[in-house]
Amino acid sequence: MNKDEKIATRQSFGEELAILGGKNDKIVVLDADLSVTTKTNYFAQKFPNRFFDMGIAEQNMMGTAAGLATCGKIPFVSTFAMFAAGRAYDQVRNSICYPNLNVKICATHAGITVGEDGATHQMIEDLSLMRTIPNMKVMCTSDDAQTRWAVNEIAKIDGPVYLRLCRYATPKIYENQKFEFGKGVQIGNGTDATVIATGVVVSEAIEAMEELKTKGINIRVIDMHTIKPIDKEIIIKSAKETKKIITVEDHNIIGGLGSAVCEVLAENYPTRVYRMGINDRFGKSGKAGELLKYFKIDKTAIVEAITQDN
Amino acid sequence: MENDLKEVAKQIRINTIKEVYYAKSGHPGGSLSIADILAVLYFKEMNVDPRNPKDENRDRFVLSKGHCCPALYAALALKGFFDISELRNFRNINSKLQGHPDMRNIPGIDMSTGSLGQGLSAANGMALAGKMDGKSYRVYAILGDGEIEEGQIWEAAMASSRYKLDNLCIFIDNNNLQIDGSIDKVINPYPIDKKFEEFGFYVMNIDGNNISEIEDALNKAKEVKEKPTAIIAKTIKGKGVSFMENVAGWHGKAPNEEEYKLALKELGGEADE
Repeated sequence: MNKDEKIATRQSFGEELAILGGKNDKIVVLDADLSVTTKTNYFAQKFPNRFFDMGIAEQNMMGTAAGLATCGKIPFVSTFAMFAAGRAYDQVRNSICYPNLNVKICATHAGITVGEDGATHQMIEDLSLMRTIPNMKVMCTSDDAQTRWAVNEIAKIDGPVYLRLCRYATPKIYENQKFEFGKGVQIGNGTDATVIATGVVVSEAIEAMEELKTKGINIRVIDMHTIKPIDKEIIIKSAKETKKIITVEDHNIIGGLGSAVCEVLAENYPTRVYRMGINDRFGKSGKAGELLKYFKIDKTAIVEAITQDN
Repeated sequence: MENDLKEVAKQIRINTIKEVYYAKSGHPGGSLSIADILAVLYFKEMNVDPRNPKDENRDRFVLSKGHCCPALYAALALKGFFDISELRNFRNINSKLQGHPDMRNIPGIDMSTGSLGQGLSAANGMALAGKMDGKSYRVYAILGDGEIEEGQIWEAAMASSRYKLDNLCIFIDNNNLQIDGSIDKVINPYPIDKKFEEFGFYVMNIDGNNISEIEDALNKAKEVKEKPTAIIAKTIKGKGVSFMENVAGWHGKAPNEEEYKLALKELGGEADE
């Protein structure tokens, strides 16, 4: 992991989407007056005829994407997670997922790491909302390389996908890593604990692993980039091989990664799970780094969770 | 031709009543009000082929007021997209004919709808795709006059004219009734024509239960350039069945046996065997 070189997943997404546009002319991009900040403006500059600014009207944007998909286009739809999964939930459910249409919802500014904008813009329920919709697949990527891979990967999937992206710049984790849709990435081999993390907090978990190593505690981190379908095998294997399971996410502890892991273990290998996330409350304004600390989903909190109860 | 289309509309109405009667649920009122429009669209206007329902050059149709699918299913069956006997199974657990249109399983359905307010957006997407690909197909949609109370309709209407979708033609089924009563008493979306005009549509007001007026409006719509067309179709909810006409209570209610027989008699139909 390169702690000095940081990039937000929205940035990697925007850059890669503009590259993908040159390889696949079925791809069209829709945005809701946020292309400068979701980074779909790179695509818009290169392919103005395949980019549609739909204005501040996310419900219509989702429905329009559905219509485009019925005619063979592959729409990538982007706006903040709050508006994609929240405001336009009914349209995502009924116009996109029910007919299983080939729409890729790339939602940026997810989680409390949106920062200063505060609770109204900090979407902490999207993984929960999106993963309960039949036909929907859900991803949440953790770094530059993984996000670039995911952008290409979801274009190959026939059907709706929700890709959760963040505003907060985080370290580049991977070099030459092979990813597979629906398969978590195991980092480290420790058996003292497994930290299953997703998205923006994966690098926090890796830093916690490194710090714990200096204290003689060896853990492993699972980077769960695909939330649905969830990688059952790696969860069950980790529960069998390690002493405890901790989940970490920049999301409400209800309904997201932590819940998905609990569902797998409850049915297959009952194990106590400690869920770290936003503890069923709204976010607040602040700098992203400060908020990770405040809501106890940063490196320090992960180290504490493992050492206190060790 | 006009007499043939009148006969088609009559058959759509008869089959609508049968579907709802057999299902013991469904939405007869708003289905009967759009029967004439569907007859003209499917039997004169639209380029569709039941043998090739997914033809990429076909004209598209979106029933934004998806609950009125009994009339649409009847039109599709009469056109030959599936066997007319399937209508008997409307809303049945073993049938593909879902309570609201399901594009994945019903031949001839171009968009799944049901949650009101969403169809115009999908129609916009289809029209946009047609423009991008240089295709000459047209996209039609029917919206309810109550349905346009949904905010998404106006988001979509802005986009229809922003993107100059002159390959799009929508009908507003102005039967003046929604579940809770007259649309002007409930929340009042009038004036509908002026609203669509201000949103950049070419607007026509017609009698939506008059075949030749529907035909004329559709012909005019094809001449319109750089603008989408909205046809405000004044209709009668429950049209053709005296005791259902202009009665809000027949929005989503099935007739009992006596009412069923009376309705068929008025429409000039006969009960199956």
